[in-house]
Amino acid sequence: MVDALVVFLPLIGSSVAGLCALASNSSNKDQQRKIEIASQLITCGALLVSMALAWFIFFSITKEGLLRVTEISNWISSGSFEVSWSLRVDSLTAIMMVLVTTVSAMVHIYSIGYMKKDPSIPRFMCYLSLFTFFMLVLVSADNLIQLFFGWEGVGLASYLLIGFWYYKPSANAAAIKAFIVNRVGDFGFALGIFSIFVVFDTVHFDTIFQSVPAKNTYMIEIFGGEFHALTVICLLLFVGAMGKSAQLGLHTWLPDAMEGPTPVSALIHAATMVTAGIFMVARLSPIFEFSETALAVVTIVGATTTIFAATVACTQFDLKRIVAYSTCSQLGYMFFACGVSAYSAGIFHLLTHGFFKAVLFLGAGSVIHAMSDEQDIRKMGGIWKLIPITYVLMWIGSLALAGLPPFAGYFSKDIVLESAWAADTSFGYYAFWMGILAAMLTAFYSWRLIFITFHGKSRADEKVVAHIHESPSTMIGPIIVLAVGAIFSGYLFYSNFVGHDAINFWGQSITILDTHQAINKAHLVPSWVKNLPLNVAILGIFIAYLMYIWRPNLPTILAGKFRWLHLFFYNKWYWDELYTLLFVRPAMRLGWNLWKIGDGLLIDGIGPDGISSAVKRIAKRVAAFQTGYLYHYAFTMLAGLVVLISSYIFVRGG
Amino acid sequence: MSEFPLLSILIFLPLVGAVFILSIQGKVEIVARNSRYVALWTASANFLLSLVLWFNFDKSTPKFQFVEYAMWMPNLGIGYHVGVDGISILFVILTTVLTPICVLASWESINSRVKEYMVCFLVLETFMVGMFCALDLILFYTFFEAVLIPMFIIIGVWGGNRRIYAAFKLFLYTLLGSVLMLLAMITMYVDAGTTNIIKLLDHSFPFAMQTWIWLAFLASFAVKVPMWPVHTWLPDAHVEAPTAGSVILAGVLLKFGGYGFLRFSLPMMPDASLMFTPIIFSLSVIAVVYTSLVALAQEDVKKLIAYSSIAHMGFVTAGVFSMTVQGVEGAIYQMLSHGVVSAALFLIVGVIYDRIHTREINAYGGLVNRMPFYSLIFMIFLLASIGLPGTGGFIGEILVLLGVFKVNIWVAIFLATGVILGAAYMLYLYKRLIFGTLTKKRLLKIIDLSPREIAVFSPLLIVTIWMGIYPNSFLNFMHVSVANLLQKVQTSLAKSSVIYLAGG
Repeated sequence: MVDALVVFLPLIGSSVAGLCALASNSSNKDQQRKIEIASQLITCGALLVSMALAWFIFFSITKEGLLRVTEISNWISSGSFEVSWSLRVDSLTAIMMVLVTTVSAMVHIYSIGYMKKDPSIPRFMCYLSLFTFFMLVLVSADNLIQLFFGWEGVGLASYLLIGFWYYKPSANAAAIKAFIVNRVGDFGFALGIFSIFVVFDTVHFDTIFQSVPAKNTYMIEIFGGEFHALTVICLLLFVGAMGKSAQLGLHTWLPDAMEGPTPVSALIHAATMVTAGIFMVARLSPIFEFSETALAVVTIVGATTTIFAATVACTQFDLKRIVAYSTCSQLGYMFFACGVSAYSAGIFHLLTHGFFKAVLFLGAGSVIHAMSDEQDIRKMGGIWKLIPITYVLMWIGSLALAGLPPFAGYFSKDIVLESAWAADTSFGYYAFWMGILAAMLTAFYSWRLIFITFHGKSRADEKVVAHIHESPSTMIGPIIVLAVGAIFSGYLFYSNFVGHDAINFWGQSITILDTHQAINKAHLVPSWVKNLPLNVAILGIFIAYLMYIWRPNLPTILAGKFRWLHLFFYNKWYWDELYTLLFVRPAMRLGWNLWKIGDGLLIDGIGPDGISSAVKRIAKRVAAFQTGYLYHYAFTMLAGLVVLISSYIFVRGG
Repeated sequence: MSEFPLLSILIFLPLVGAVFILSIQGKVEIVARNSRYVALWTASANFLLSLVLWFNFDKSTPKFQFVEYAMWMPNLGIGYHVGVDGISILFVILTTVLTPICVLASWESINSRVKEYMVCFLVLETFMVGMFCALDLILFYTFFEAVLIPMFIIIGVWGGNRRIYAAFKLFLYTLLGSVLMLLAMITMYVDAGTTNIIKLLDHSFPFAMQTWIWLAFLASFAVKVPMWPVHTWLPDAHVEAPTAGSVILAGVLLKFGGYGFLRFSLPMMPDASLMFTPIIFSLSVIAVVYTSLVALAQEDVKKLIAYSSIAHMGFVTAGVFSMTVQGVEGAIYQMLSHGVVSAALFLIVGVIYDRIHTREINAYGGLVNRMPFYSLIFMIFLLASIGLPGTGGFIGEILVLLGVFKVNIWVAIFLATGVILGAAYMLYLYKRLIFGTLTKKRLLKIIDLSPREIAVFSPLLIVTIWMGIYPNSFLNFMHVSVANLLQKVQTSLAKSSVIYLAGG
């Protein structure tokens, strides 16, 4: 009952806000204002209650690592394909629920201030709550189809929110891009689900998990060869995870998604939705554990994304895009943690990241708000005295992100890197070194952002500067709440998530084979491994200080010296250009040709139109026989008679 | 079996209404108004009657129910024989739902020859319901072909500029297939000695004969579905047809082919079906990928949706011939949900066409600024069309893909790419029509949905969501009949010692 309330309260809020949006009447200002307030009160209220209940569930569930499943109704049944609507709550779900509802509630409140002057507030609140509902369905799914329901649902909400300012062509393009790139991932996800059904004859988690060991020898025929079934399944599902969590190759939508309002970026594109891929891998750990190949792929993809996104983040100038690439990079950390079977470390980082990245995004939103919607950090500078609270909050977020003690990121990032080392495999070491390098870059780009944005001379024009002001309390309040999480969540939850109490805390929600010891051995790694992340982070901050405070002309010199490398990073490794060249333009051209040449020229040309014109031609010729001259007819008759008689004789005679 | 001739009433009540409309005399406006009301009441009454069917249908038996039989041509053994099973009943209801909606949708957009228009629609309903209920080959053929006549007239009289070309294209394409089907039916009659479909379902035809009959039926059904490459009549017909004509065309007429495969090809010619499955799979895959790409390049709203229909029907043919429970049930489900969703999409196009009188995508843009309700409803049906979970489109697609995946992974993979492309062309369309700023002069005064239009969309909206959230209320009708169908296919295949690997 409580579980259902947590999930459905946001839906109720969303529906009411949706009705408010439809009832909006822009001609009557007073009434409009009342409707707006009503929609804000109801959605925020629903979310706060939902959040409180989620924390209650969290403490009661994780105390003993319980699992409870509430079936709501049956859903689809066709032959042996049986799917139900049900809520599965265990420690993993409870963690996600807490994160989702907390960040969402804070973002709801923050939006009251941030979207104050927007003409369609109820619609915005409606979409935010709708997203929260789908996300909660996703994390509490008890079967793959319901997971997919939430999965596509959050994709829809993300599409709607990225394109929220529908009059901006760039926002529309980004929204469509996000949806379609995610669909490419979902294509893999769906095929994975089908493979699971073929192999296991069910899509319900418990039944699947129980029979995984028995299916370990099972082979599946796909792509013209026989392969280890569980590996194929995991790889296909992982394609889905890559799409949703913006991993290398399917990441191109995430930076563009920054076209949406900033609260959306904080909630969906940093703290919650993009982590769905990691959640999925952790949820399906009982399957992933049985495929070394799949785990290796997860590790490599995660580690490579980590370093890729970090390099790009170092060269960007759009405030939100820097944070977006940073998100992409951090998601890579979570994935390679899962790849070395340290799921709990991955989820731990997911939780702390949810808090500090939300702080960074909402802080960035506060900066943008202060700068009259300016996002280019080259046009900022020297504003820290004008918005001191935001400045402090950005420091907290960055300290947590860079992994400095005692902030949350310190605990979670360290355990992730330690696990990668402790895995003692070549992939593990690759991930470790990439992670260390990225940790340095993370610290570098975080302080690059802080120094360029807040320090130095002001580069904004006077009008903007005159207008700079600290954000209202509806915006600052939620960031402070989240900042509390960004400071303490690492220290407080360390022993539960990855320390002494972990076994009791996680219960049955994560499975790790005895052969995979990374998380257990993580505490025993050499001390230089333990200290390295912190040292490189400090080094990164120091380099940023050198380049942006001490010698501000250094970056230009370096960019000139390493021109091609800088361009390569600055243009995001040219992924977008590559895809446009490979897929977008050919698809459009092919469609046009198939239409004009395939349908028009060939099918219709030879088919109906061809036949009809041929009939016309023949008819014209035949008509030409009817000349009206008697001697023409007589000649024809004679000729016919000759042919007839001679053929008769010929046949008879022959 | 009920004594009450429910099906006959369902079939012929619209015809009675049509005759009644014909008898209306007087001033043009009064005739028009009265014809509209008579048509609406008749169609609505028929819908309510079909609910009796829904509630009294026994879902536990694969037998035909509500059967009626009367001698028609006794010396040939041809009878008036109707009945429904779990496969056909939902199509009957789909028809009775869509007809009143069509009448209501034409309320204001049709102003010339209203009387004749309404007669055409009611006659069309008679033929369509009759087709789905027919249990006699000749009766089936009669209804199956007769449908063409009112459709031909609707496009040819109330259509757009190139209506004559489109009407003839539709007519000739369908006729070509039908001639072959008639020959096949005569052959079946000669071999089995009966035109009774129930008996024919238990008859086993020799393999060589099956092949030819199967191909002849394919000629007819493939055009109706339509399958690639005999699909080019559809975009033309849709573009030229009046809105309600498109609705019926996409909503019901396209289902004749899929229904035909399920009623005849699969159970009566199982060996041939199995033999030709690779061909059907190939054509389905081509249909999905090819038409999705073509849809991406369209500049005409209706054409785009017409091409998307062909892509969706590609799923149906693949699902039917997967011969798995999920594949077949998914195909039926896909037909039903496509019936509702594509009908709604054509109505959605009709709304703006009625206001601006153009189907050019470029003539629109930024509609959301003045038409929020319209944009919302469009968005929901768009999502259903691209198979978002929670809508009817999802259930059909996922079941078909699941069924096909079991039999042939490659086919499933190619079909699934259609899901990606589907999202691309629909969202691209939506962006061009709805989003952006409203700058075009003609659009500045465009008005949002009227209460009548909302009344048209609401039932479709409810059904679409219902089909996505609780599909079992529809799937439950099919289970026994589909199981029985597949059982039949399996046994006859086992008999003819063809190795067959698929199942539940």
